[in-house]
Amino acid sequence: MIAARGLGRSFGAKRVLRDLDLDVADRDVLLVTGPNGSGKSTLLALCAGLLVPTAGELEVEVDRSRIGYLAHEPLVYRELTALENLDLYGRLYRVPERRERIGMLLERYGLWEARRERVATFSRGMQQRLALCRTLLHEPDLLLLDEPYAGLDEEGAALLDAELGALAGKRTVVLATHDPEQLARLATGTLALG
Amino acid sequence: MSTSLRNSRAVALAAATAALLLVGLALAFYWVPNAPLEGFRQRIFYIHVPVALTAYACFGWAAWKGLRLLWTREQRYDLESYTAVHMGVIFGILTLVTGSIWARTSWNTWWSWEERQLVLFLVLFLFYSAYFMLRFSVDPGPRRERMSAVYALFGVVLIPVSFLAIRLAEGLIHPVVFDSQVNTRLTASQLITFVVCFAGTLALAGSLYVNELTGKRIDARLGELREALE
Amino acid sequence: MSYLADVGTLARKDLLLELRSRDTLPAMLLFVVSTLVVFSFALPADASDAAAYGLLWVAIVFTAILGLTRAFAAERDQRVLDGLVLAPCDRSAIWLGKGIAVLAFLALAEVVALPAFALFFEPVSWELVAAVVLADGGLAAVGTLLAAMAAASRARELLLPLLFLPLAIPIVVGGVGASIADDPGRYLGFLVLYDLIFAILSWASFEYVVTE
Repeated sequence: MIAARGLGRSFGAKRVLRDLDLDVADRDVLLVTGPNGSGKSTLLALCAGLLVPTAGELEVEVDRSRIGYLAHEPLVYRELTALENLDLYGRLYRVPERRERIGMLLERYGLWEARRERVATFSRGMQQRLALCRTLLHEPDLLLLDEPYAGLDEEGAALLDAELGALAGKRTVVLATHDPEQLARLATGTLALG
Repeated sequence: MSTSLRNSRAVALAAATAALLLVGLALAFYWVPNAPLEGFRQRIFYIHVPVALTAYACFGWAAWKGLRLLWTREQRYDLESYTAVHMGVIFGILTLVTGSIWARTSWNTWWSWEERQLVLFLVLFLFYSAYFMLRFSVDPGPRRERMSAVYALFGVVLIPVSFLAIRLAEGLIHPVVFDSQVNTRLTASQLITFVVCFAGTLALAGSLYVNELTGKRIDARLGELREALE
Repeated sequence: MSYLADVGTLARKDLLLELRSRDTLPAMLLFVVSTLVVFSFALPADASDAAAYGLLWVAIVFTAILGLTRAFAAERDQRVLDGLVLAPCDRSAIWLGKGIAVLAFLALAEVVALPAFALFFEPVSWELVAAVVLADGGLAAVGTLLAAMAAASRARELLLPLLFLPLAIPIVVGGVGASIADDPGRYLGFLVLYDLIFAILSWASFEYVVTE
């Protein structure tokens, strides 16, 4: 599903990724580990198509509409409510039965009560939950998750654990984390950067 | 292409530039007869107009390279487009200076809003100065390459649109003034001189372009090597 | 059809954002009226009528710049633009949706500015209104593209006027011409031409500005 050969990416003179070979098969769960600044986020942004390689080749055999990308930032409007944000993305991704799907996700991630509140009033953890809803909204085939546990409390982490457990073996997941132990049981492979 | 071959070509181009410019200036100052109305001072025409046309050519070249970049994503086109804008701005400033001198000799004023080409180059100068600001304000990388290319493309579209706008604006200030210049056709000797001068300035731009491009490439390569060593 | 649906979704989102935060349109309204008042002091008492029309066009362009510097503020805040770029919609739909919102704010600012101009300075003719409508199209089209560029730069608000003003000069020429010339048709025609050329160019090149 993802194939990289000699993949490299520089920002100006700074080289963040270099000479990386990578193969991710359909329904793999790949953990990307490494210290801060080792290029985990860059690799995910490359796979998502937000960045292009400055060296080597990268092939991602999934249409952009079938990718779910969770970044550091939640990628939602702070001045819109949780519902309005998900409605916007739901329309753009042409999610069938949009309202039901959005309601179901908000319920599952414990945001239903706060659905009509502006994201600006959300705590970091709530924003991360909303970002997860946004990422999962269109039931993507390829999930690119950048530190998905960041900011989540115990309950949120348990929800995400359950979600990933259900997705493993059904979807392809590339997950960047600094704490690989947590997910070792789900992973089909690990890539250590840096 | 080997470096030595490239170097010898650059030297040949530089030599041709020098020869063409010398011959052109000699023709312009000693051979061409005085223009009937303007007299000796009209000879700046042979510098001003070729320089202006060369600046257009540079801007056009920059847009073409920008288009190539957008098509192919090949990084080298970015440097080429950038260098071409750089040359275009240098020749644009020269156009403003020579045009200003011409205005001074003809109308006893350093600046005239009625001189279309001069006004157009002022607009272009502002536009392409912003191009540099854009480049300095965005981190190097594919995004900057693409934004620069798009901006360079806008420039080449802006040239005719601005030209039209300046013509229209002139109508607002002096509704009567319309191409009333007496007999603008060139005689054979004038045409030859003009062509030689134009070839000279084009060669000069080409020479500077090759030189500057080499420098910029070496800079970029040096940066890469330095990073690789770390 | 689905393209237009995307454009509608995106434009409506921008209008909703403005309705919620109200930080762009009131600023534009206040700015354009303040500018006109400042101009009334800057114009000498015996200045020609034509000078007032010229200043109106300066006020319009500057107001457009003020609005445009805010155009991508919400997206820049949280990298939302990346989220939109990843969505399956055509990237030019992002440009068009944003452009429509910019156009709406600009038009609303002028709904106040033109009567104010008529009150303080000179009468507003139909040709002037037509020129303003046409100019808005060009300003929004080019401005939205350049605002996206400026939003990706470090200088941000500082860069936009530098990029934008040279491209706005033809609009000012067309606008002033349509306001004061004896044959406004030529100038209106020129504005139509400008809109067509730069709308197509901006529409086609927006994708390159927001992606790598």
